[in-house]
Amino acid sequence: MIGVGVRGQAVAGWMFIAPAVSLILLFFFVPVTAGLVLSLTDFVIYAIASPATARFVGLANFAAVLADPVFWTALRNTLFFVLVGGPLTVAVSLAAALLVNSRLARAQGFFRSLYFAPVVTTLVAMAVVWRYLYHPHYGLINHVLGLVGLGPVDWLGDPRWSMPAIVLLSVWKKFGYNMLILLAGLRTIPDELYEAASLDGAGWWAKFRHVTLPNLAPTFLFVAVMTMIEQFQLFAEPYVMTQGGPLKSTTSIVLLMYEEGFRWWRMGYAAAIAFVLFAIMLVATMIQLRLQKEQTT
Amino acid sequence: MRSVVGVALAAATVIGLEGCRAAAGDGVTLRFWAMGREGEVVQELVRDFERENPGVRVRVQQIPWSAAHEKLLTAYVGEATPDIAQMGNTWMAEFAALRALEPLGPLLARSAVDDTSYFAGIWESNVIDGQPLGVPWYVDTRIIFYRSDLFARAGYPRMPGRWDEWRTALMAVKRRAGPAGYALFLPPNEYEPLLALGVSAGSRFLAEDGTRGAFSEPAFRRAFDFYASLYRDGLAPPMRNNEIANLYQEFARGYFAAYITGPWNLGEFASRLPDSLQHAWATAPMPGPDGPATGASLAGGASLVVFRGSRHKEEAWRLVEFLSRPDQQLRFYRLTGDLPARREAWSDSALTGDPRIRAFGDQLTRTVSMPKVPEWELIANRLRDYAERVVRGGEPADTTLAELDRDVSRLLEKRRWLLARAHAGAAR
Repeated sequence: MIGVGVRGQAVAGWMFIAPAVSLILLFFFVPVTAGLVLSLTDFVIYAIASPATARFVGLANFAAVLADPVFWTALRNTLFFVLVGGPLTVAVSLAAALLVNSRLARAQGFFRSLYFAPVVTTLVAMAVVWRYLYHPHYGLINHVLGLVGLGPVDWLGDPRWSMPAIVLLSVWKKFGYNMLILLAGLRTIPDELYEAASLDGAGWWAKFRHVTLPNLAPTFLFVAVMTMIEQFQLFAEPYVMTQGGPLKSTTSIVLLMYEEGFRWWRMGYAAAIAFVLFAIMLVATMIQLRLQKEQTT
Repeated sequence: MRSVVGVALAAATVIGLEGCRAAAGDGVTLRFWAMGREGEVVQELVRDFERENPGVRVRVQQIPWSAAHEKLLTAYVGEATPDIAQMGNTWMAEFAALRALEPLGPLLARSAVDDTSYFAGIWESNVIDGQPLGVPWYVDTRIIFYRSDLFARAGYPRMPGRWDEWRTALMAVKRRAGPAGYALFLPPNEYEPLLALGVSAGSRFLAEDGTRGAFSEPAFRRAFDFYASLYRDGLAPPMRNNEIANLYQEFARGYFAAYITGPWNLGEFASRLPDSLQHAWATAPMPGPDGPATGASLAGGASLVVFRGSRHKEEAWRLVEFLSRPDQQLRFYRLTGDLPARREAWSDSALTGDPRIRAFGDQLTRTVSMPKVPEWELIANRLRDYAERVVRGGEPADTTLAELDRDVSRLLEKRRWLLARAHAGAAR
């Protein structure tokens, strides 16, 4: 009797999760498996007409991806964007959150909305404005640099400056969102802690170091993980600003994958890039989880 | 059970079809996909076609250029292709490889449409493996737009027609422009000017039936060295076209004195340049390495194609014939500014009266179609990347072009395999 009851419960349990499981199977595992199969073939435009012309090529696509200098350039660009752009975004967000949260700040609501505005602005519209800002002759940025005696920089045209230019744009676009989350974290820190610290004679820096940061840690970690995942998926900024150029200096892995797959219909190759990116992100996430565990224990 | 449903469905379909038939009189509705501005104005033209062909209705669907390629491919995969469509020349080989297009040979054999009344290079770009797959609708090629006042002041009232003289003229213009100006705007991210120089020097870019790259062979090498020298000698800035904020302002300002571009800019230059400059710009055909007769450019434009999956090929072909008539071609030119593909239309005063358009007419007699392999656009993009490495990255031309050839041959591996398989099949 008990056995039947348990089995009945198990069946009921499965039935409850069936909708979710079937959705995951249908929209996650099936496409992922199909993608994996695709990455082992040389599926190109010809195969759309007659699938029989797609050949099984084993790991040749993966070997080709790893031997492709453009892939390594794209990986380097993406890592630059993650390792420089990520921390910079978080740092600017934190600074903005502290400023807006400061007791001395007036019109906090106004500034909060102002800093959040770039997040909700369409990237394409922004790109038009930023292209003017970055213009080598009439751009505002070069004009300001000229006032302090720095030479004109060909922001989007010089391969050395194009990626920093994309990073700058993306920091400006994204910091408002993280700022709001950090602001919420700051508001949860009880005022008594600051008062106690003041009584102990702590200055601004000591309070920031020993009260703000430790209390903000969980929020901070969330912001850091989300930002990293987002940074790895760099696509829209170079797509609208530079189309990956000049000299591939702003081609990210996702942009490369998009071009190979949907522009040139080299589906097998594009699928292989997707799995390589998946492996990289898996490793990066595992490292972060390890760091998180160390921090919490 | 299934058969009952089947019968019911079939009955419903028949009734549905009958309903349509009754509504449309004789009952044929052609689905016509046209892109961008052409899709807008062709609505006007097809009304006359409907009047001439009672019983045939044309439903024009306008598709933005940016989505057109994907939409056509998706339609092919989903077996939902239209009866007739406008198709860019560069896509033809791809859709031919998919066997999506109806071969027009038999239809042309008993038709008023005649290949000799078209510009040879343009017609040729529609013929794949000996079979015509499209009829040119309008044409497009690249020529030089230049500031005639600046060239005249530098001692060149006419644009020279030979590379070495052209170069001397550009140098004279550059000398007068000083360090802040250039003679020519030649964005390294536009590959068409380089391809035009290539065909002028006699290169056909691919060898062995489009299965190997031929970029390190002497013909292309000659064009490439000339191209690279324009940057090296400071005649053209190595700037991409998205790095200058406004092309027309810069042209008006004299930042550059010449630009290699297509017929759509005739209208743009006329409307965007200030009135004071309207008599100070002109067009000229591409110069050639050994004189004007060798100056060739690219055979571009769009054609009308009939899809293999269409159930109304006869009617679709009648629409192609209608749109190809010289009077309709002229009307289309007046509505869009697109240059007519039919040579008869070019004897009209609207075209012969304007010297800027005459230069296009002249160039159109010397156009070469691009290699007709589905991979061509990808290859042209690779060429652009490698060329940029030389003109901007300062890499040596020898090794870069050799590397490009290797890369291109890798991209064409699948094509070699398919051709070998087809040959083996034919031998058996």
